[in-house]
Amino acid sequence: MTTTEAGRTGRKPPQLVDMSWDPITRIIGNLGIYTKIDFANQEVVECHSTSSLFRGYSVFMRGKDPRDAGFITSRICGICGDNHTTCSDYAQQMAYGVKPPRLAEHIVNLGEAAEYMFDHTIFQDNLVFVDFCEAMVKATNPSVLARAERTDAPRGDIHGYRTIADIMKAFNPFEGEVYKEALKVSRVTREMFCLMEGRHVHPSTLYPGGVGTMPTPAVFTDYLSRLMRVIDFVKKAVAMNDDVFDFFYEALPGYEEVGRRRILLGCWGAWQDPAVCDYRYETMNEWGKAMYVTPGIVVDGKLVTNDLVDINLGIRIMLGSSFYEDWVNEQPFVTRDPLGNPVDMRHPWNQTTIPMPQKRDFNDKYTWVMSPRWYDKRTGDHLALDTGGGPLARLWSTALSGLVDTPYIKATGNSVRISLPAGETLPETTLEWSIPKWSNTLERDRARPYFVAYAAAMALQFVEEAMGLVQAGETKVFEDFEVPDEAIGCGFHEAVRGVLSHHLVIKDKKIANYHPYPPTPWNASPRDKFGTPGPYEDAVQGQPIFEENGPDDFKGVDIMRTVRSFDPCLPCGVHMYVGKGKTLTTLHSPTYGANHG
Amino acid sequence: MTRHSGTSGTTDVSGDPGRAEVRRGFDEIYILWISEGMSCDGDTVSLTAADQPSIEDVILGLIPGLPKVNLINKVLSPTLGGEEFLAPYRAAARGDLGAPFILVIEGSVPNQNVIEGDGYWTSFGNDPETGQPETLNAWIDKLAPKAWAVVAAGTCATFGGIHAMAGNPTGCMGLADYLGWDFTAQSGLPVVNVPGCPIQPENFMETLIWVLRHAAGTAPPPPLDHMLRPQWLFGKTVHEGCDRGSYYEQGSFATDYNSPKCLVKTGCWGPVVNCNVPKRGWMAGIGGCPNVGGICIGCTMPAFPDAFMPFMDEPPGSTLSTLAIKPYGAVIRRLRGLTNHMVNHETKWRHKGRKLTTGYDPYWRA
Repeated sequence: MTTTEAGRTGRKPPQLVDMSWDPITRIIGNLGIYTKIDFANQEVVECHSTSSLFRGYSVFMRGKDPRDAGFITSRICGICGDNHTTCSDYAQQMAYGVKPPRLAEHIVNLGEAAEYMFDHTIFQDNLVFVDFCEAMVKATNPSVLARAERTDAPRGDIHGYRTIADIMKAFNPFEGEVYKEALKVSRVTREMFCLMEGRHVHPSTLYPGGVGTMPTPAVFTDYLSRLMRVIDFVKKAVAMNDDVFDFFYEALPGYEEVGRRRILLGCWGAWQDPAVCDYRYETMNEWGKAMYVTPGIVVDGKLVTNDLVDINLGIRIMLGSSFYEDWVNEQPFVTRDPLGNPVDMRHPWNQTTIPMPQKRDFNDKYTWVMSPRWYDKRTGDHLALDTGGGPLARLWSTALSGLVDTPYIKATGNSVRISLPAGETLPETTLEWSIPKWSNTLERDRARPYFVAYAAAMALQFVEEAMGLVQAGETKVFEDFEVPDEAIGCGFHEAVRGVLSHHLVIKDKKIANYHPYPPTPWNASPRDKFGTPGPYEDAVQGQPIFEENGPDDFKGVDIMRTVRSFDPCLPCGVHMYVGKGKTLTTLHSPTYGANHG
Repeated sequence: MTRHSGTSGTTDVSGDPGRAEVRRGFDEIYILWISEGMSCDGDTVSLTAADQPSIEDVILGLIPGLPKVNLINKVLSPTLGGEEFLAPYRAAARGDLGAPFILVIEGSVPNQNVIEGDGYWTSFGNDPETGQPETLNAWIDKLAPKAWAVVAAGTCATFGGIHAMAGNPTGCMGLADYLGWDFTAQSGLPVVNVPGCPIQPENFMETLIWVLRHAAGTAPPPPLDHMLRPQWLFGKTVHEGCDRGSYYEQGSFATDYNSPKCLVKTGCWGPVVNCNVPKRGWMAGIGGCPNVGGICIGCTMPAFPDAFMPFMDEPPGSTLSTLAIKPYGAVIRRLRGLTNHMVNHETKWRHKGRKLTTGYDPYWRA
């Protein structure tokens, strides 16, 4: 929660207007955002985020064969289903005590690298950037567009656009050059994905114990040639994004306060190192630190822990504003972890989901999303961590830990250096992402193209290692296993938009309990029982408004930029509450390109 | 309308005339896409993967023979959301959209009747009267009777899918279960079902283009089978298009996923599942399922997922058929082995000797 200096001094009597956006467009899933905006002081004073979908995965998975979990949980999400399958297989591998062959790990890593490249590209260029495109800026901040037309783009030698406005035009939906090119790139990267995982978005070739992908030389050649075809697009994207976001800070002083919240970032790590990872809980701290994106919890800019055991034990699922009955009086499934540490009743391993459909009441229960929190045992706080949309937390955690050191990536302690080889038009390039001053909207968005570059660099390493194994004749991709009578498992991974963990309990060879925790519940959570708002709510509440339109033709672009910067992926929604009481008027955004008001 | 399912499992139901008069085509049409069924939005995302043609080609009018298409879809909408985005849906419900529309539903349709009192399983915007979430069911009730055509995108919308598995709390179903299998839209077309979890990008695009051409008056209605699926896409089995099928014929079966052979003993249901993915690949001919090492779990089928679980065990029916093929396959393999050995030798007249032994005779006559 932040307030601008201007907002604190010389406050005018508030002019409160309720505004809601439901459903939110250009995201995955249904989300509604409900706000109170003080137009006299150009500030959002209240925000509720709500999601209106319940399907009940953790309910209907009970009693099923645990080997089905990867296939089923993929269907949770239609843009990063493979992240769920991968995470589920990690959890199952722990439960079954099986370690996939090295080549299988590389194939999964290559698939996930392609997923990051695809998903971040389509989301940033075709969904997020519509909020920064010429048509949108013209409709919301015409003076900023005028200035953009006069401002030379500092990195024009890389991306080829003369002014900032030229970049903005290139992102106009369905017409702009970059918008259209990004759609094509999102297809090439999905072809890379399909080479490794069979189908997008619900993969066909991933299994607990390994993969069914045939490791022919052609598979890796086809992947690499496509990767090299898009490598220059990746370099250009970073340059264009940097130019536009730097310009926003300059053109709208104070824009750093938009979507700013306390630095409370979580990252659960991505890409296993097959030389270290054996999937045993007892060694999870070691192999977690060997991941090629380092897990970590960052509070106020400091690394609190990068130990996956600590991370796991600190997870608490809170209620307060969600449509569920509490499970505190149920029998726990897991009282101690395999290391003997006590496991809390509010941990996903012990959760029982009891849906209670009811009226939406923003003063009481208003969403199908629960409130995941991380218990900080140093302070006793239940922290409402966010993922920074994924890339911000991943880069921050990796930079601070300083552990990743590969031929193409180096974490320095305060930055991450990414080297990409020469492409068709641009030379070999080293990009450096440095830890920013704020956890805010523009920095969440800026981190995204850098992470595409990171994923491309990791893909190069994995493809080289995989080809090395194939050429040496080490082509095994699947290790058989037995499903035990009783076991527990957990998987930690980064879905595209951030932290993902799966928690599994097996009894009598069947699923006794299964709870996946994707990034969106962390980001889109409602106020918990302590009244702590979730990250979307917290980031929007108190943010200044820079849009030039008044209440009559207000679009809410600053708010939407903030919400989208988290990369919402809710097969569920954020709703803004149109409340009663102090409201002077209730407004909705006017129609834009639709004459059916 | 009466339907008979023949032994082929495909009966043309779309040839029935929907209107007595000859219909002229439309110049402009809306696609009102609602992914607020119980979905993952995977079908919308899959649609963006299509390249032959791509969605931007359709929207920009680059495909001949189509009406002008206004696609309204939450994921791709340039609007900021809320009422601005909902305007065309509200106009369509009032009946003043100004052009016909195709209603596309993505996701399972929940059973609101199992909820006692207030509440909802999934919603799309708010009810302007109450300010409460407006259920998907209410939207379907309002829009389906007015729609020129109704399309179910993906297995959740066609048959219920994953969310309708045993033990589910929402009682959900497919769109035709909800509207009735004999429902017809304004065009006379029944619900057009394009199953797949998610839809194969080009399968969906091809069906949509056919429906759009039909709307423009440049094509007859698309031929559908008794489960309202496009016949040309779902008339064959996975096995019939799978390049691992030949291993089956030779009785060569994989016992785990390291093998390039037929996966039927490790859980593949390909021989009995209606789907063209191994033939078509997933994107640009790349990927797929059993052809690239992923067992077919029957994701296009009405009985998905329950009939196919546990996915990684051999389908009960294949035990007998694989046993039957084994002796035949062993003989065939042996005989082919002999022939293969033979054709791995060059003919004997290729040598460096001084004498030509090819049988060359310029005066040869038959």
